[in-house]
Amino acid sequence: MAEKVLMKGNEALAEAAIMAGCRHYFGYPITPQTEIAAYMAKRMPVIGGTFLQAESEVAAINMIYGAAAAGKRAMTSSSSPGIALKSEGISYLAGSDLPALIINVQRGGPGLGGIQPSQSDYFQSTKSAGHGDFKLIVLAPASVQEMVDLTFKGFDLADKYRMPAMLLSDGTMGQMMEPVSLEMGEVKEYDKSSWAACGTKCEREHNVVNSLFIQPEELERYNFERYERYAQIEANEVMYDEYRMEDAEICIVAYGVAARVSQNAIDKAREAGIKVGMIRPITLWPFPKAVLNAAADKVKAFISVELSMGQMIEDVELAIRCKKPVLLCNRVGGMIPTTEDVLGSINKANSLGGDK
Amino acid sequence: MIMNNKRITLFAGHYGSGKTNISVNYALRLKEKHENVVVADLDIVNPYFRSKDSESFLEERGIHLISSEYANSNVDVPAMPSEAYAIIDNKQTVAVIDVGGDDRGALAMGRYAPAILEENNYEMLFVINKYRPLTRDCASTIAVMHEIETACSMKFTGIVNNSNLGDETDEETVMNSLSYAEEVSQASGLPIKMTAVKEDLYDTLKNKVVNCFPIKLYVRQSWAKATLD
Repeated sequence: MAEKVLMKGNEALAEAAIMAGCRHYFGYPITPQTEIAAYMAKRMPVIGGTFLQAESEVAAINMIYGAAAAGKRAMTSSSSPGIALKSEGISYLAGSDLPALIINVQRGGPGLGGIQPSQSDYFQSTKSAGHGDFKLIVLAPASVQEMVDLTFKGFDLADKYRMPAMLLSDGTMGQMMEPVSLEMGEVKEYDKSSWAACGTKCEREHNVVNSLFIQPEELERYNFERYERYAQIEANEVMYDEYRMEDAEICIVAYGVAARVSQNAIDKAREAGIKVGMIRPITLWPFPKAVLNAAADKVKAFISVELSMGQMIEDVELAIRCKKPVLLCNRVGGMIPTTEDVLGSINKANSLGGDK
Repeated sequence: MIMNNKRITLFAGHYGSGKTNISVNYALRLKEKHENVVVADLDIVNPYFRSKDSESFLEERGIHLISSEYANSNVDVPAMPSEAYAIIDNKQTVAVIDVGGDDRGALAMGRYAPAILEENNYEMLFVINKYRPLTRDCASTIAVMHEIETACSMKFTGIVNNSNLGDETDEETVMNSLSYAEEVSQASGLPIKMTAVKEDLYDTLKNKVVNCFPIKLYVRQSWAKATLD
């Protein structure tokens, strides 16, 4: 067994990024993710990497663009309103087919909101991380260990598909401490020589990294090509976890901290004889549509447990083609649903009639 | 001798070393002997998970908690509680001060340092955990120690070995940390005042570890216990 250490989620993901070969971090402080920048500020100079506190979020994301264009693994991190500021740059990364990892440790919103945990950036990250037609790979950790594993995975997927990926965490995951193993295995190297702008040495044609296309036909072609890649991702990269679903009559769908609370509630409900289980999306895009749709033929109801006013619930309803009712169990504004909140929704779902 | 007879006990260290939980446990032990026990949460670094979480628990046990009115709120105002001066002025209290992590947390403590040094009735304990990656060996731990001392203008008087892996802490976790703590003690010239262990490990370890201090984890949320496969 690998040696374990005790880490805060934010620190753990920062260390995982370094182990994944990230030597370029650009950020701007905002609670509750500041430990990532603080950790990078301490570690990067020691290992010959670059830590730079930019003058703003907008500057930071454009520095990511530069480092990524040069073929380097680069990462930035922020929290909800800071990610909104980065959205133009995220779109430019997508439009230029550049890999990078963006961390969002979500806090309450809208507006300045508050510093306590939230999941209200589901729409922002999965539907509209910026202008134009594009997708982000969105990974949702539910433990400090997954903060590590999915950071590693995020860099790999970003390189593999030449696109930005996002780790969608929340304040709880960022601030909590758990034992973790940092054994990550080999970092897979991708050949970037066909597109990276890292110097021709006068031996080859220039590689051009750009999201501006003068001719509409050309821009259209890039968009179509990009969506073919997205289709491959939807077919091959879906990740989810199932908990006590074997005989479940009620299916909870939850990610991140909401999944942890739900798991405790499921155990309690099972003690009372209620057959409830959970499908926990690990990739929010691509969303685990197929497994949910299959579950819809077995259960009588779904419950979407979220720290938002009901965002993921729309994807659940779409995935199951509205075949079964979907209840919403939510707390917002920095509040976290309690085990009792989830149990209340389980009881409500259990009292629903209808065919199984 | 785990419990000292000083009026003020300060716990400082690398962030995540376990200062808050040690502070709460230590205050409860003090309460067994002293009427007027106060805990001050001077953490300006952590937005969540602080002594404030244990406020009602402590108040029910007759221990007064002093903390920023903004602690655990939705605003990011790293303010010091105005009431903190009462600890300095009211010599009738026996006080535990939970200092924020690292040099950044300790910096804010510095404003109380002249008064505490003048009264000269304190212990300042350095909380260490070898399972924290940035203090995993003696050299890095000593570096953090010097940063904290410089930031708050005070010197440590002892060490609390709180080496743990959270819920996964077992006997071996503690035993494997003893030589590390000893090394830090040698290098700093500071005595190891106590080795903190989870309550359920206390019976097995109390005869193997000098000055073994049993602690309970008081800060627990509904989501904290879930272990995902």
